[in-house]
Amino acid sequence: MATQQTRTLGRILIAPAVSLLFVWMIVPLAMTVYFSLQNYNLLSPDEQSFAGFDNFVYFLTDPSFIASLLNTLVLVGSVLAITIVLGIFVALLMNLPILGRNFVRLMVIAPFFIMPTVSALVWKNLLMHPVSGLFAWIATSLGLQPIDWFTDDPMLAIILIVSWQWLPFATLILLTALQSLDEEQKEAAEMDGAGPVSTFFYITLPHLARPITVVILIETIFLLTVFAEIFVTTGGGPGEQTTNIAFLIYSEALIQYDVGGASAGGLVAVVIANILAFFLVRIVGRNLEA
Amino acid sequence: MARQTTPVRYAVGTGAAWLVGFIIFFPILWMILTSFKTEVDAFATPPQFLFFHWTTENYGVVQGRSDYVLHAINSVITAGGSTVIAMLIAIPAAWAMAFAPSKRTKDTLLWMLSTKMMPPVGVLVPIYLIYRDFDLLDTRLGLVIVLCLGNLPIVIWMLFTYFKEIPKDILEAARMDGATILKELVFVLAPMAVPGIASTLLLNVILAWNEAFWTLNLSSSAAAPLTTFIASYSSPEGLFWAKLSAASTMAIAPILILGWFSQKQLVRGLTFGAVK
Amino acid sequence: MGSITLEHVKKSFGANDIIPDASLEITDGSFVVFVGPSGCGKTTLLRLIAGLEDVTGGKILIDGVDVTGVPPAKRGLSMVFQSYALYPHMSVRGNIAFGLKMAGVPKAEIDKKVEHAAGILNLTPYLERKPRELSGGQRQRVAIGRAIVREPKAFLFDEPLSNLDAALRVQMRLEVTHLQRELATTAVYVTHDQVEAMTMADKIVVLNAGRIEQYGSPLELYEHPVNQFVAGFIGSPKMNFIAGAAAKEAGAATIGIRPEHISVTRDGQGWEGTVNVAEHLGSDTFLYVDVPGIGMLTARGAGELGIHSKNKVRLLAEPQHIHRFDEAGRTIRA
Repeated sequence: MATQQTRTLGRILIAPAVSLLFVWMIVPLAMTVYFSLQNYNLLSPDEQSFAGFDNFVYFLTDPSFIASLLNTLVLVGSVLAITIVLGIFVALLMNLPILGRNFVRLMVIAPFFIMPTVSALVWKNLLMHPVSGLFAWIATSLGLQPIDWFTDDPMLAIILIVSWQWLPFATLILLTALQSLDEEQKEAAEMDGAGPVSTFFYITLPHLARPITVVILIETIFLLTVFAEIFVTTGGGPGEQTTNIAFLIYSEALIQYDVGGASAGGLVAVVIANILAFFLVRIVGRNLEA
Repeated sequence: MARQTTPVRYAVGTGAAWLVGFIIFFPILWMILTSFKTEVDAFATPPQFLFFHWTTENYGVVQGRSDYVLHAINSVITAGGSTVIAMLIAIPAAWAMAFAPSKRTKDTLLWMLSTKMMPPVGVLVPIYLIYRDFDLLDTRLGLVIVLCLGNLPIVIWMLFTYFKEIPKDILEAARMDGATILKELVFVLAPMAVPGIASTLLLNVILAWNEAFWTLNLSSSAAAPLTTFIASYSSPEGLFWAKLSAASTMAIAPILILGWFSQKQLVRGLTFGAVK
Repeated sequence: MGSITLEHVKKSFGANDIIPDASLEITDGSFVVFVGPSGCGKTTLLRLIAGLEDVTGGKILIDGVDVTGVPPAKRGLSMVFQSYALYPHMSVRGNIAFGLKMAGVPKAEIDKKVEHAAGILNLTPYLERKPRELSGGQRQRVAIGRAIVREPKAFLFDEPLSNLDAALRVQMRLEVTHLQRELATTAVYVTHDQVEAMTMADKIVVLNAGRIEQYGSPLELYEHPVNQFVAGFIGSPKMNFIAGAAAKEAGAATIGIRPEHISVTRDGQGWEGTVNVAEHLGSDTFLYVDVPGIGMLTARGAGELGIHSKNKVRLLAEPQHIHRFDEAGRTIRA
């Protein structure tokens, strides 16, 4: 169908989308690069000067940065582990013949559609409040000391909230993948004498390898920038215990008004994301051919 | 596993699945229940499960606050507006890539997807400064722009995949039947594309409604959608749980319902086709 | 009315010459079948006639008018696709009427024509249904209805029966043939199934790697194939080809004999061999015989022969039915 006419038409039709996205990508990114090389603080905007790589050096050697990097790794790693392991389990469960499957699906999917600010506040107040929260009541009923989540283990609290939000995503993806597993493959395994556990490890899990990879990549890309939950519950604290990279950059920019430093940090985040994006785009690209 | 499910397996499976579903859904359920309690009941220990004094006073109070209504309208405008505009830009682009592809089409598409993978925090500073200098901070227009551009890659991607699924030979049949390109578009392509367009619209309205980075950073009061409004409850005065629950329930209810209809689209839209 | 002529038509995709040079004259009202193995270019040729692909060289004429650059919508042809390509969002009525609607025919006349076509194809009870509510055979008929209602200059069929089950296929074969005779419209029909070709066609075009090997009536192709390829393609089971000493004796590089032209006896004249596999269909018996010095031969006998695997048999090729081929595979005329 692609004659010369349609090709030109095609270019015109794509032009707005391409140019808008291009501007959206390049202009702010270029500015970030520019600012990262400047000493620029919004509190004293007239004293802008060239800083070279000072910001980067400062940022990368700042103990806050190291701490936030660690926090980010812990956050992302834990959420990945929880969502994938539980996701496989829930997906397997939902793949069985059960009554009212649609309703169960609704219940499992729901957390993903809740605003992060709502989720965070509901968990913080209604569930995790050390006096009147539901968890506290469960603990005291079992004779245990209720956990003061946001004082004693704020990172764990954030991890739980974020995991809860992303579990549906992992579950849905893995469930979709499970349902594409050819029933006949499993029957062939059964004929070959495999029991349920062997079937899981030798047939099901390898089939899930690709979707798990996709889940890891996509979740990581989005988890790197967890923001709202931290903003609304801990504000990064106590101290810097729950500050991840995203929050660190935010606080540098809009709390300390250090534009230069924040920009340098922003670029670091972009670089990390780009590495992940490279792999994800390759997988998507391969699928596009097929 | 075994093809025949014994009644025992069926019952155990069903029970386990419902239990797990219930546990996952519980925080939301708890929130909805709390919205019907008085503030005293909401804060009471031990927690009241079902046999408390049910009241709708919280909903009245929250809705009576004019700023709640304002923020709800903001959410509708920013989420709806940004998605509609994104669709207007995306539909021609996706059509061109699906039906008049060139050698560069695939790379263009992948590049567009990659813009979505960029962490917003990386460009927070320049966007904030640009918005400040152009008086776009705390404006609905400003939010619409950001949300639109943020979701545009996903909108284009989803529309592209739906367009690709329209069988080529049905379009050829239309041509054999004497249809010009315009008639082919109007009478055959468009009706077949409507479900895909609706699905894309649905998922992206949800994503824009729930967006909680740009909305939190670029709006504060006048243009604040529900995300920012609810965030303001994070440092409250006095007893507020029941009201928070009521406000939250109203904020998420429409999305929960829409979300139910867009599960399949979720997989398609957010995995960028990496999982079939 | 509906004659189609191809003059030195050429089609290339990049450096690939799918069809190097094809010339053909299809007379008005005839049923012509394009047949050949997968990838031989038969569908490509059909699509060139339809206008869905552009020719790289040569001309296509319909009723003497050059339509080479004309878009498909304006060629006055109808096509029945392999997948039927029905419009999923329209009812059966809507599907059949679409072409007429595009041509601007007034509604009352459209209804009349649609109902007439539906009547011929036994679709009247299904007129308001959507395609997804129909069976494969019914969808097939809707696709045909859509094609006939526009009274085109010619019908183009792209393997329309290949998605049907065996029994339905036989039934539809008869219906399509009958319909074409009734309407007396030219039909160009693509298939890879040589049984369909033999039973439906007035004339057959055998294609091989984009070349027209032979163009003639079914019987002509059967009795006088012009080369080894056509001889081996037409007829089932395949013709036996024998090279070597036996062929040299007959004065050819290869000789061919069809299974049905071999007389089978237990101990009469002819080559001696051992039966490898015997297929008993009741109506026929097919024997796959290992003949030392010649090779594996297929022989057919009418009825039940009472011969089984491991038996010894004698195969006599009826001399008047032996085909002789030279080194290039061309038939040597007597």
